[in-house]
Amino acid sequence: MKKAIVFNIQKFCIHDGPGIRTTVFFKGCPLRCLWCHNPESQSFNKEILFNPEKCTGCGQCRQRCPRGAIQATPRGWIHDNTKCIFCENCIDVCVNNAREMAGRAYTVNDLMEEIEKDRPFYEQSGGGVTLSGGEAICQIGFVAELVKTCKKRSISVAIDTCGYVPFSSFERILGDVDVFLYDIKLMDPVLHEKYTGKDNRLILDNLQRLVAGGARINLRVPLIEGINTDRSHILDLIDFVKGLNISLVNLLPYHATGSSKYLKLHRDYPHHLLARPSDEKMEEIKNLFEVHNLKVKIGG
Amino acid sequence: MERGMNERIRKLRHQSVTVEPRISMERAALVTEAYQKYAGTVEIPILRALTFKHIMENKTLCILDGELIVGEKGEGPQAAPTYPELCCHTLEDFEIMHKREKISFKVSEEAKRIQAEKIIPYWQERSLRKIIFNHMSPQWKDCYESGIFTEFMEQRAPGHTVADGKIYEKGFLDFKHDIQQAIDALDFLNDEEAYEKKVQLEAMKICCDAIMIYGQRYAKYARELAAKETDPRRQRELLAIAANCDVVPAHRPQTFAQAIQMYWFVHIGVTSELNNWDAFSPGRLDQHLYPFYKKEIEDGTLTEEQAKELLSCLWVKFNNQPAPPKVGITLKESGTYTDFANINSGGVKPDGSDGVNDVTYLILDVMDELKLLQPSSNVQISRKSPHKFVQRACEIARKGWGQPAMYNTDAIIQELLRAGKDIVDAREGGASGCVETGAFGKEAYILTGYFNLPKILELTLNNGFDKLTGKQLGLQTGYAADFQSYEELFEAFKKQINHFVDIKIAGNHIIEKIYATQMPCPFLSIIISDCIKKGKDYNAGGARYNTSYIQGVGIGTLADCLSSIKYNVFDKKRFTMQELLQALDANFVGYEHIRHLALNKTPKYGNDDDYADQLMIEAFNAFYDAVNGRKNRKGGVYRIDMLPTTCHVYFGSVTGATPNGRLAGKPLSEGISPEQGADRRGPTAVIKSAAKMDHLRTGGTLLNQKFNPSVVAGDEGLESMVSLVRTYFNMDGHHIQFNVIDRKTLLDAQQHPEEYKDLIVRVAGYSDYFHNLNKELQDEIIARTEHTCMR
Repeated sequence: MKKAIVFNIQKFCIHDGPGIRTTVFFKGCPLRCLWCHNPESQSFNKEILFNPEKCTGCGQCRQRCPRGAIQATPRGWIHDNTKCIFCENCIDVCVNNAREMAGRAYTVNDLMEEIEKDRPFYEQSGGGVTLSGGEAICQIGFVAELVKTCKKRSISVAIDTCGYVPFSSFERILGDVDVFLYDIKLMDPVLHEKYTGKDNRLILDNLQRLVAGGARINLRVPLIEGINTDRSHILDLIDFVKGLNISLVNLLPYHATGSSKYLKLHRDYPHHLLARPSDEKMEEIKNLFEVHNLKVKIGG
Repeated sequence: MERGMNERIRKLRHQSVTVEPRISMERAALVTEAYQKYAGTVEIPILRALTFKHIMENKTLCILDGELIVGEKGEGPQAAPTYPELCCHTLEDFEIMHKREKISFKVSEEAKRIQAEKIIPYWQERSLRKIIFNHMSPQWKDCYESGIFTEFMEQRAPGHTVADGKIYEKGFLDFKHDIQQAIDALDFLNDEEAYEKKVQLEAMKICCDAIMIYGQRYAKYARELAAKETDPRRQRELLAIAANCDVVPAHRPQTFAQAIQMYWFVHIGVTSELNNWDAFSPGRLDQHLYPFYKKEIEDGTLTEEQAKELLSCLWVKFNNQPAPPKVGITLKESGTYTDFANINSGGVKPDGSDGVNDVTYLILDVMDELKLLQPSSNVQISRKSPHKFVQRACEIARKGWGQPAMYNTDAIIQELLRAGKDIVDAREGGASGCVETGAFGKEAYILTGYFNLPKILELTLNNGFDKLTGKQLGLQTGYAADFQSYEELFEAFKKQINHFVDIKIAGNHIIEKIYATQMPCPFLSIIISDCIKKGKDYNAGGARYNTSYIQGVGIGTLADCLSSIKYNVFDKKRFTMQELLQALDANFVGYEHIRHLALNKTPKYGNDDDYADQLMIEAFNAFYDAVNGRKNRKGGVYRIDMLPTTCHVYFGSVTGATPNGRLAGKPLSEGISPEQGADRRGPTAVIKSAAKMDHLRTGGTLLNQKFNPSVVAGDEGLESMVSLVRTYFNMDGHHIQFNVIDRKTLLDAQQHPEEYKDLIVRVAGYSDYFHNLNKELQDEIIARTEHTCMR
């Protein structure tokens, strides 16, 4: 049975598509956006998060680790993910909850069981399931089966995607996905590569082809002050999408809620490079979209 | 049209919320005079009726400047009468009430003098409280004092007195006529109870006179004030009050204003007669008032604004009446000024069609604008309720202060039908008190006490021995460490529950008889069907339906405890029962690892996890089986409710550390909500878990949801709130209420109470000022999981 690594199943999501939704976060992403607020979503493998602020240094975790994957360092009891076999002994033993697991393997059936739980809410609110990540479509074999199963059981599917996947993957699910929440970050290919690690041509191309294929698209634009909020960039973006029959544009102002997770992954977070655009700026950008007859909303 | 309170209402509201609650001795003195004059010379029901008449003939009248609706329980707003025939306060009680930090009542020197000279000498050996405790078995007393259960009627009279539509169709002259007919029809030759019936009916007749005298006194007083009034506008208002009081309560009301005044006179009558533990409620007020509203709007004699003003006056009147002062354990189980008058809006009409009308929306506006603790306002939502109505209710609810609470009409009707009610009686019913289901105007549905479910498990684990009091309270069902399986433990638990329910009900039987014989309420009996027809008092089984409830507390905590034992001790063998018991005895000190596993690594109720939820269902069934269907002494049966008021805090304080990792003394879970912090998968999971309980077999359940304001912000937020409510109700959930205040605000309010005088929060089935709650309860509310949503 196919399995996928999922790092979170979040219920009662009301900003990830219509109605009340359950969002499944798949682990692994082709991009490395500088502002990513789910850094644990980037690697395709399981990881153990460690919060040094909760650690009292009792050493129980190291004693219980069968592989010697835990080392005492000045930054706490640091975890070596290459040695770890994810037995979770260290998590079970930690009375301070300093460790948590990011990523569990699910079969389609496992996931359907979780997704089905909130069916009464989907039916009442017109909601459903949203596949997010990471990049869900990177695990297309699994996702295609999941999407088909949802469709068969009349559960609406939304897919939140960065677009950086082969179009053939989209083709496999196009007919069964009710709405794509499609991220556009930057229009300039060079800047896109600078901030996300990849060129954006595939992303823009896929968007056009999806539209041509009849997909319903909600565009999602994360806005990070000083990176993609200048007027000319916004106008470029509008220029690109205005003929594309976009249902809704969501402007998502940057927020720093993911910063603590970097610490838990022993990674640095470039705080100093990132800022939330002012409310006035957000309104200004919103107006630009409206002027071009695009339905736009601040927030999800 | 301008929204919001006008000057009159602002002023009356201000008065209502700023005057300090104080003890009023007037009623106590009048009751004592009446008893001294009549006791021993007349039958008890007549004595009660003459006492009521003496009160209504002599109590101080009060018409405050600007008021349009008149009548107060005490001499004025926030003056709280006492009921020495039920509970004779000692001077020490008065001192405590005066000085206590929370829910205090100011007691004047004069009041203390009257209490010492007039009240105590007569009542200290005669009060019902004294009589009740004298009759309770030592076993009952041990359980009561150990916090196994509480007793609702030990200082308050039976409540759940809710009006139906009859007081808008008949005046008290009409009722008097009905009573006389019932007397005339008595068959003294063949009916062996004919004499008792005659006495009851004569008592009711006296009470009809009493309430009419009260109305006439107000008419006269209003005219006196009008004669002296220099402002012509106010003079006209006073004359209008007089004219209203000429009509009601003697005759049926003719106008919207008279209908409200009629209700209020009856409210004052019921709550002056006895201190019912949840005052008196108008029930389906929008249904009752709508015909008057419609006619007058059509005739052009009333505007929407005037109607709203009159309703606002009524709201202020409710808020003017603090709950009668409580002492002892009753104060702990219900530590609030709120007197639990509860107004139901929406629902369905007697024919089953949608009941929402123009008055419904006016009531929602009034509730929203006045933002008062009392009356508790709720909405009844049925499948047929329009979206706009549910949306408007959610719009008010998301402002954060817990009103309106939401009830499921379709569930209520099924609960009532299951309990043998006629379909029309069921549709005209609703929820009162906190969440309790009843056939309004036709049922005495009596809460008899809270029942501490986790404590029963604690006793089971200790072979019936209570370590806190050092007493063998329960049966010896075996040493927990000897249990070979979870099932063996659960069997023992069931035996213990039955044992304690037996003790509770044996006590209840005595108390019921004491009320039936010593403390009839002939005035209330006039307006509750079928007391006149049966010639029987409300407290003696006169109502058409007579239900007794025992209210289970702590089902969430209990489910998690059972889950912890089953999962950790028996399934996974992560620790032994012996280790667990040692950990509990040590309040987990030195056993942090066990606590960690129990707290963080064990399936918990409230996460839509069948492992834990199934145990909740089994625990619920065990309690249900122990209580449901037992006979009371009024021809009815026992049922269960799942609600706590503030009792989960008190019960927590007498319960040691529990197997789910809860520390000794900490509050239990509240209502059917998950234990504080145990629900980690958001509101849909809580709702799914809670809906696994069979609500339709109860008389009411209480689910509290706390949201961070950002979650329900905006159009999507509002719509999702509507969807949550509708979905819960589709799954037969009985009630849901919302707190929409962020944790930060609550913490700040705890630190700086003076800056948050107006902060109202939902406690459990009612709202209260945050600063009125004691620290433990404040902490408990803060600890309830705040649901956020992933962004």
